[in-house]
Amino acid sequence: MSAATTNAAEKALVSLSLKDVHKSFGRTEIINGVSLDIADGERHAVIGPNGAGKSTLFNLVSGRFPVSSGRIELRGEDITNLEPHVINRKGLSRSFQITNIFPRMTVYENVRCAVLWSLGYKYSFWHRVGGLRDAAQRTEEIVELIGMQERRERLAGVLTYAEQRALEIGVTIATGADVILLDEPTAGMSHSETDEAVELIRKVTAGKTLIMVEHDMGVVFNLADRISVLVYGEVIATGTPAQIRGNKAVQEAYLGTEQD
Amino acid sequence: MRAFWGSQLEFFLVTLLNSLSYGLLLFMLSSGLTLIFSMMGVLNFAHASFYMLGAYFAYQTGAYIGFWPALFIAPILVGILGAVTERYGLRTVHKFGHVAELLFTFGLAYVIEEVVHLVWGRAPVDYRVPESLDFTLFTLFTTQYPAYRAFMMLISVGMLISLFLLLTRTRVGMVVQASLTHPDMVEALGHNVPRVFMMVFAGGCALAGLAGVLGGNMFITEPGMAFAVGSIVFVVVVFGGMGSLAGAFVASLIIGTLQTFSVALDFSMLGVLGAIGISVSEDSNWYGLWSITISQTAPVLPYLLMVLMLIVRPRGLMGTRES
Amino acid sequence: MTPVFHKTRLIFWSVVAIFFVMLPFGFSGGFALSMLSQMGIAIIFALSYNMLLGQTGLLSFGHAVYFGLGAFMTAHVINWVGEDRIWWPITFMPLVGGLTGMLFGLVLGFVTTRRAGTPFAMISLGIAEMVAASALMFTTFFGGEGGIATDRTAGGTMFGISYGPQIQVFYLIAGWCLVGMIGMFAVTQTPLGRMANAVRDNPERAKFVGYNPTRVRWLMMTLAGFFAGMAGALATINYEIVTAETLGLVASGNVVLMAFIGGIGHFWGPIVGAVFVTWLQSALSTYTQAWLLYFGLLFLIIILFSPGGMANLVTLHKPAWHARLMKRLLPSYALAAATGALMLTGFVAVIELLYSHGGSGDMVSLFGLRVDAGSAVTWVAAVGLFVVGIVLFRWALKYVRRAWEEITPQLQSSGVV
Repeated sequence: MSAATTNAAEKALVSLSLKDVHKSFGRTEIINGVSLDIADGERHAVIGPNGAGKSTLFNLVSGRFPVSSGRIELRGEDITNLEPHVINRKGLSRSFQITNIFPRMTVYENVRCAVLWSLGYKYSFWHRVGGLRDAAQRTEEIVELIGMQERRERLAGVLTYAEQRALEIGVTIATGADVILLDEPTAGMSHSETDEAVELIRKVTAGKTLIMVEHDMGVVFNLADRISVLVYGEVIATGTPAQIRGNKAVQEAYLGTEQD
Repeated sequence: MRAFWGSQLEFFLVTLLNSLSYGLLLFMLSSGLTLIFSMMGVLNFAHASFYMLGAYFAYQTGAYIGFWPALFIAPILVGILGAVTERYGLRTVHKFGHVAELLFTFGLAYVIEEVVHLVWGRAPVDYRVPESLDFTLFTLFTTQYPAYRAFMMLISVGMLISLFLLLTRTRVGMVVQASLTHPDMVEALGHNVPRVFMMVFAGGCALAGLAGVLGGNMFITEPGMAFAVGSIVFVVVVFGGMGSLAGAFVASLIIGTLQTFSVALDFSMLGVLGAIGISVSEDSNWYGLWSITISQTAPVLPYLLMVLMLIVRPRGLMGTRES
Repeated sequence: MTPVFHKTRLIFWSVVAIFFVMLPFGFSGGFALSMLSQMGIAIIFALSYNMLLGQTGLLSFGHAVYFGLGAFMTAHVINWVGEDRIWWPITFMPLVGGLTGMLFGLVLGFVTTRRAGTPFAMISLGIAEMVAASALMFTTFFGGEGGIATDRTAGGTMFGISYGPQIQVFYLIAGWCLVGMIGMFAVTQTPLGRMANAVRDNPERAKFVGYNPTRVRWLMMTLAGFFAGMAGALATINYEIVTAETLGLVASGNVVLMAFIGGIGHFWGPIVGAVFVTWLQSALSTYTQAWLLYFGLLFLIIILFSPGGMANLVTLHKPAWHARLMKRLLPSYALAAATGALMLTGFVAVIELLYSHGGSGDMVSLFGLRVDAGSAVTWVAAVGLFVVGIVLFRWALKYVRRAWEEITPQLQSSGVV
């Protein structure tokens, strides 16, 4: 079937599609022809050893870096090399590996900032932000969802690390996007914190498409519907957790080196 | 006719030489500013104030022990002041971020100007070209070219070469140079020690001081000189690309030439129009605009050039880093 | 909770309005009135500046451009009104200035706000230099060295208001100052205002929640230009002359000082700064030639030791005040104030003696005393006072630190921190 005859219904099944994406910095090729289709509502994990290019891949998809070649589509629409804020408005949101929030604003304000654009307030200087019922409601919902009602008036900069990570996820989903990219959401957390984070991720991404980079295999096999293994800028395998577990190449290239 | 072209050539050559000496002086200032900015991320607003202090120190020490010792002592004094500024000022405000650092140097420029008022008064001081250099080096057609201008160029080029050697041939230079392109790496290697910062800041200030020693008697030594030259140096740095020494060099020469020539040219659009046979009535609303001479636009040109550069190429001529 | 909020705010602004109305009764006399007028203008200007620095994180060294262009345009419009070429009430001239400032904010902001941080600071300076240099070139509009003179009574008398007497001008300024304060406060409470904070804190993240930081900066610049131009228009009405200095670098630097000394982290900070600096400028400049030096040093001290400005000193004490622990701090503060005063006296004496360039027998007036600037005794006394002051002040600071250390656990346990 050629692309032209693909019907709309079938197209909608693919949330995010990467087609032969390349990225090099100078002469170093970091992403070396990645093609990947992620279905609507899927929870997809990208794993791979350090330096495999996982974060770079996220930066390409979210528009932080331009691609060297290839094409990225969001629900069939070309988003290659668009500005991050444009991609975000089209319904793709991401979190960061290193906590990236608004430190001098409260938890509540952090979330509210992320809510404003999608509710259509844009650059308005004629609305009183405190009087926006819908924004307040959405913000309350999300603050509750990430379990930070009691912390809502705290400055984000003074929260504990785990709280900041939760807020990071809150800000990411607050934009109302239905494709969510999470970059190592549990990095640096203790066991109990990780368990809580997994529950949080499950809860907040219900009904959405989730793509995450994660190092904690427990989290990956617990959450993901499908897994892609990225090694030296190439996807060497994609499949269900069981398939990946049984994949020889993966064991050699990746699991083998990290087994304890 | 031949006399006309001769005088044009003379004008052109002399102005070109003046552009070169002025451009080199600008580079002495902008190179220090660039080094400090690249290393520390600090835009030293008081840089031109250190230039001014160089001139005043040279005037003062020169009055007691003569120009030649002052040529060395004044920049060293300015360098020491720079080190003190870094150690007790910038390092304290560093934790509050770059805006606070910038504001600190801004406040410092304010205070230095006032201190100069306090010590040397508001009128220009009589800082002169030394007698040993106060002669005509050569005569170009009818223009006598002063030896001091040539001396200025000599010192500037000498400084340029020593700076180049220092940056490429010494260990400290390597660290400084590496931090121009790979600041994170240098930091990771543990070189980002406060002492290097202090040295670079002091060195940059000493360069500015040296420029002051040379420029102070060539032009004029007065409390307003920091203000006058400060913003031009900023233009040079933005135009050349922030953090690029090569960019600062090229931009210094371009801006120097532009300024020197534009001040010297007394054409107006009115004259050009007149030459091609169009006359504009003095009652016309646009008469004022047409009659502006190039020399009148001279103060605006560098800034205009900078704005154009920012529109066409926001990172400047040779800048690599976006912000 | 929203309506209650609204009501308290309404009451608050009413109190400010009544305060403005009452001011001339408390400070009568020509000098006080003209200083109050100046303060009103400075407040609007400083607040508009803080829309950039405090709220959007844009350190501009060229904000007087918008103030000045608004002022010049207003001067021309008032003159046109005087020549009966157009009709526009003087009362609404600040809108003319505001729109001019806004227009230039829109145009120049397009160039400047493409960069942030240090490059923005430099570019704003360059643009300011360009405009200032152009001002001397285009003499038709800027009037050259002499500037543009105007007559604020050109609009004639309307409802008994001619704007001849200073008191009427004061009330005009006070009224627009109130409008400006409310307007600028309102901007902080809008989606744009909030996103400006977000862009200030973390421009990259702002992109990933759908906002274009460049656009946010540009819009804030445009709005700040409006209020700066409004202040400029009031300055034209107040002084009846505008010169190129109005949009020069010194004026731009001045507003940086005002906002920063007052405190850029709070909406109220620049107001405090504008009032304080305006007062300081006219008070100090009548007593000493060295006032700019004191002014610069004050600025440096604030950057070094209280980067939040004067407003921050107040917020710092809020928890202690609520926990009723201020009385524990006050004794050490009194000690620091006394020794600090000693140190300051010595310092001022030294500076004033230096400024006098005194030879023997030159009499200098110091704190009301006539002293001989040439005598060694005077110098030794001044320097001695300064040195002893430093030593004592540092000793007193130890007590301040200790007092804070003592109350900190109580503040934490009472939950106000």
